[in-house]
Order: sequence, then C-alpha cells, then structure tokens
Amino acid sequence: MAESAEQAAGGGMTEYIHHHLHNLQWHVGSGVFPVINIDTVAVTLLLMAVFLGAFITAARRANAGVPGRFQAFVEMVVVGVDELVRETFHGSSKLIAPLSLTIFVLVFMMNFMDLVPVDLLPWLGRASGLPYLRVVPTADLNTTLGMALTVFLLIQYFGLKHKGPRLFFKEMFTAPFHAHGFMAIVLAPINLLLRLIEEAVRPVSLSLRLFGNMYAGELIFILIAVMSLGAGLAHGMTYVMGPIQGMADFVWTVFHILIITLQAFIFMMLTVVYLSMAAEHH
Amino acid sequence: MNINLTLIIQGLAFFATVLLVMKYGWPPIMAAIEDRQKKIAEGLVAAERARAELQDADARVAVEIRQARQQAAEIIDRAQQQANQMLDQAREDTLAELGRLKAAAQADIASMAQRAREDLRDQVAKLAVQGAAKILQREIDPAAHRALLDQLATEI
Repeated sequence: MAESAEQAAGGGMTEYIHHHLHNLQWHVGSGVFPVINIDTVAVTLLLMAVFLGAFITAARRANAGVPGRFQAFVEMVVVGVDELVRETFHGSSKLIAPLSLTIFVLVFMMNFMDLVPVDLLPWLGRASGLPYLRVVPTADLNTTLGMALTVFLLIQYFGLKHKGPRLFFKEMFTAPFHAHGFMAIVLAPINLLLRLIEEAVRPVSLSLRLFGNMYAGELIFILIAVMSLGAGLAHGMTYVMGPIQGMADFVWTVFHILIITLQAFIFMMLTVVYLSMAAEHH
Repeated sequence: MNINLTLIIQGLAFFATVLLVMKYGWPPIMAAIEDRQKKIAEGLVAAERARAELQDADARVAVEIRQARQQAAEIIDRAQQQANQMLDQAREDTLAELGRLKAAAQADIASMAQRAREDLRDQVAKLAVQGAAKILQREIDPAAHRALLDQLATEI
C-alpha cells in the first residue's frame, strides 16, 4: 500500500522514517512546550466534527418510529455502550455513558487513520506545500495524554459529586487500610501515598497503552513501506521485495483492524471502570 | 515526540466533544430508543389482548350458533307436533261428523220406515174396513167407528 520510490530522494531509510515521525509544528513561543502539532490538532478536530455532525444529526432525526439504516447503526452503538456501562456501573449517571461512547468512537476514528496508506496523506500534503504530516492523532502522546488527563479530572469530579467532599477527602486517608485510634494516624500517610500513586498511574497507563500501540502500529507500517524504498524498475530486488511488501502490508493491516478496535474498547472500558470505582464507597 | 501545548488543546477539544455528545447527542437518541421500546411493549400487549378478545368472540359465536340450532330444532319439533295435532283433530272432527251424519241418516231411515209402516197400517186398516164393509154389505159410519179403526191401526 505504501509506494515510496520517490521518497528516497530525501536521502535514505533514516531520513524517510524520521520524516514520517515528525509532526507539522507551529512554534507559538520560545521553548519546547509552546508548540502546537498542527497536523494532530487538525485531524482530531476534523474527526470530531465528522463524529459530532453524524451523531447529532442522528439525534435530531431520532424518533420512536421505524429506524432507517443510519439511525439503526447509531442506535446499535448507543445501546451497546449503554448496556456495557450498565453492567459495570450500577448507579445512575448522565455522564458515564455519553463519555464512554465519545471515547470509543473518537479513539476508533483516530486509530483508523493508521489504516490510511502511510504515504498517501503525507504525499498529498507535500504536494500542497506541507513539509511534514502525521495523520494518526493517537500516535501522538499529546492526544492520548490529553484525553487521559481529561478522564482523570472527570474521575475526580465524579468521585467528589457522588461521595461528597467530606467522604472524598476522608477516604484519601482511610482507604485501602482501615484502622482505629492510633493506628489510623499511622496508616493515614501510607493510605494517602497509595491513593496518589493509584490516581497518578491511571492517566499514565491509559495514555501510554494507547500511544504505544498506535505508535508501534504506525512504525511497522513505515518499516513495511521502507522495503521498497528507493526501488527502481531496473533493480531485480524490486520484483522480490514488492510482493513481500504487499503481503506484509495486507497482513499487518488486517491485524491492525483488531488492534485499533481493541485499543478503543480498552480505553473506554477502563474509563468506565475507573469512574465506577470513583463512585464506590470504601 | 515532545509533550507540548497540543496536549491542552487535545484535552479541551475532547472535553468539548464529550459535553456536546452528553447535551445534544445522547439524550434524544436514548429517549427515542426508550419510546420505541415502550411502543413495542404496548403493541405486544395490545396484540395479546386482541387475540384474547378474538378467542372470546369465537367462543361466544360458537355458543350462539349452538343455541340457534337448538332453537331451530325446537321450532321444527313444535311445528311437527302442531301439524300432528291438527291432523288428529281433523281426523277426529271428520269421524265425529261422519258419526253425526250416520246418526241423522239412521234417524231419517227410522222415521221414514215408521211413516211407511204407519201408511201401510192406514192402508191395511182402510183395506180391512173396505173388506169388512164389503163383507158386511153395509155402510160403516167412519165417524162412529173412528176410535175402533184407530185402535185397529195401532194394533197392526
């Protein structure tokens, strides 16, 4: 799927890979932090617009009559997510189910960008004057960590709302180790430390799992594309590597369909679990 | 590869999407689904009720048909009975009339025989008187002998 013969013009394999892993950046200020990855943001916003447009259109058209194909599809996803959330979280919440749906669909769509031929959009970008273009938002740590931190804040808000501030802060010192009297004071800092680690680990694991999978997936597509880097019709190797590359690309694409769905599902499921845990009394 | 400002933009964009889905996307779709579930449940109940009503109606119709057949049979029975009664009556009437006519005829015959007998007796009496007159060669006064003649007639 990745024809990249002319890519070699830049100068070799390292250059090619490096080029592919470089974001289109806008340096807003001086330093490392005030930089915006324009490609990541643009693709994300585009996918969000597509998702919101489709979903809210479906919502506006929704009625209790016989559903059309599109409505039936949307409702199937909605009901699937809703049932999953009901199985895990036994309270009532207006937040969890829509949040889960948004996570699943958005992460799936962003991951799906990985299945677009790895050189197609960068090639179109270069043709229209963009030096770099990375099109998989979830292969950018900023995206996954941004989402994970939003989820983290929502977890805290959810815990506060469901338990009330008193219980919320009390449990920081009294769970998971319960004790009375003097021992309670001894265990309080240990409990707090465990709680802080537990809370801090969640967004990190959530974001790194998704990022790692998508980054590795993207990298493998790039490596498969490298097989025919600099190939020419005159080279004998072109006719050996070409079919191998095609096969490898096909196999990895099929396998990757599973991965992108699974990762979207895991991100959603863990969010539901974390939010359920935040609402539980210890 | 670095963490940069994109992080915050992505986080906020994600949060905004969640809010929009929560506010404008999810509730109408859920409402529509629940509405439809309710409608389907009501439809099923209505269908069940209609089926039960149909069964009731069928049973009622069967009962009514049976009753109607019974009534028809009764009416036919009664009509036959009536017809038989009428026939019997007619026969009895005819027989009675026949008896009556027979009795009248017999009475007629009896009276006519009586009269014939009386005529015969009169004539015999007259003949007897004429014979006696001829024998006696003398006029018997009919007036003087009326009683004697009547008695003779009766005896004959």
